[in-house]
Amino acid sequence: MDQQTIDKLLSLCQLSLQPDDREKLLRDLSSIVELVDFMQSIDTDGVKPLAHPLEVNQRFRPDEPDTSFEQERYQAIAPQTRDGLYLVPRVVE
Amino acid sequence: MNPYANMAQLRSGLDNGDFSAEELVHFYLGRINAAADLNCFITVDSDRALAAAKSADKAIADKRTGPLTGIPIAHKDLFCTEGLLTSCASRMLHNFVAPYDATVVDRLRKAGAITLGKTNMDEFAMGSSNETSFYGPVKNPWNQACVPGGSSGGSAAAVAAGLAAACTGSDTGGSIRQPASFCGVTGLKPTYGRVSRYGMIAFASSLDQGGPIACTASDAGTLLNAMEGHDPNDSTSAIAEATDIDSSRRPLKIGIPSQYWNDLDSSMAKVLEAARHTLESLGHDCVPVELPHTEAAIAVYYVIAGAEASTNLSRYDGVRYGHRTTSPENLDDLYQFSRTEGFGSEVKRRILTGTYALSVGYYDAYYLKAQQIRRLIRQDFLDAFMEVDVLLTPVSPSTAFEREALIEDPVGMYQQDIYTTPASLAGLPALSLPCGMREQMPVGMQLIGPHFGESSILSLGCQYQNETDWHALHPAYEHD
Repeated sequence: MDQQTIDKLLSLCQLSLQPDDREKLLRDLSSIVELVDFMQSIDTDGVKPLAHPLEVNQRFRPDEPDTSFEQERYQAIAPQTRDGLYLVPRVVE
Repeated sequence: MNPYANMAQLRSGLDNGDFSAEELVHFYLGRINAAADLNCFITVDSDRALAAAKSADKAIADKRTGPLTGIPIAHKDLFCTEGLLTSCASRMLHNFVAPYDATVVDRLRKAGAITLGKTNMDEFAMGSSNETSFYGPVKNPWNQACVPGGSSGGSAAAVAAGLAAACTGSDTGGSIRQPASFCGVTGLKPTYGRVSRYGMIAFASSLDQGGPIACTASDAGTLLNAMEGHDPNDSTSAIAEATDIDSSRRPLKIGIPSQYWNDLDSSMAKVLEAARHTLESLGHDCVPVELPHTEAAIAVYYVIAGAEASTNLSRYDGVRYGHRTTSPENLDDLYQFSRTEGFGSEVKRRILTGTYALSVGYYDAYYLKAQQIRRLIRQDFLDAFMEVDVLLTPVSPSTAFEREALIEDPVGMYQQDIYTTPASLAGLPALSLPCGMREQMPVGMQLIGPHFGESSILSLGCQYQNETDWHALHPAYEHD
């Protein structure tokens, strides 16, 4: 873990950092990586990864018409909307 | 009125007309107000609670009651509640009023429970001490210098201090069980899939599970009965037989995994040994078992939970709901400033760790490796349950620690979860219940059952609580 990796991660996560916090974050992430590196001592040759604890197939609902979300109600909690659209800073000049 | 009455006692008091639901709600609201220094609640919903109490009183008069009619409870502030703030204890959601109820909230309300309000927690359920909340830390009613545990710290402390008859919590790596043990109350993490996650704000989707925190194992079972069951809105919720607490004393074989007991501090071990002897005196047989991959659970958990969190929390973008930065110049600024301002430092640490584990070049070494060891951990449990009915373990390496003792040491904090994360990774049900005291602070024991084996662990918990009084001890803290 180094400052360059931190910069890359911050950009992937859309986060930024106060300059004073950089050293502490580097220290914290390094110690977390050291903790999780314990995994490398476990022999996992030929072991299938487990993504879901129950390994059951997801169940689909019957394909029947149902009431949908009400746009107005869901957009009432949005920071900025107009005419049913979410507003963001201009993307295309 | 007894603030520490369990739900069964409240049920009979309501049905016998000793007090009305309205009186009961007034009583708890008064206690919540007087205990503001514990900081258990983020939002109190007095008006709607009193209106619901009036309806409950009418139902009781008409003899149309269920087990929860008129019972005042509170929800952890990550369950969506229509028309009421659901903050997840984050600045990111400080203004989020959910447009719908979580299935858990809906089912408990339909079963007659009254919502008093929303309880404090670690931000986005990430923490083991309830110190990462945007709304400030919760204090442990047994000793206010100590943490209540986390992340469901507000719920556990509220039950311990007699501010609600019971609360909901959520458990990703121990967030129901560890605070229950730190506060001397009973908490159940159900089998993954037992309880719908619809409307429960996501942290790590393959681990998150809602469950009850209550005074007794019997109350936890009553609440689980109302919460459980398949939900068409959550395709990972299971179709399983309802939990049935069996009070008959079938002798069980209880596994004692050496990996959980060998390194235990001697004063904690003494309390746990006494619990084990009590279970043996009830006719159960304790036998040693091995869960060889236990030591890797913390590492595996923090990779998988972080990876899933980094994905789940990418939805907070300042566009559709939640915190939005002021006057961003472009779209990247909008995302970046909204997220940087909205998330606290622990949440950021976990997002960054998870992104690291998922990023090109590290995916195989971390995320894939963690998933492989997850299978080995689960297989350890499956093998053990071929030999035994349930497992008996500690919940935590210690009793509640002092505030600020670990907050600057993330790895030290993570290691608090050593005994709770393995069952989470395997998706197993686990019950945390008080089994003794160490230096005036409660100690918890954990009963882990096989998948959908809630009936066994709750029945055993009830037997233990019929035989002991640890669950009936209450903090000296009094605010009246």
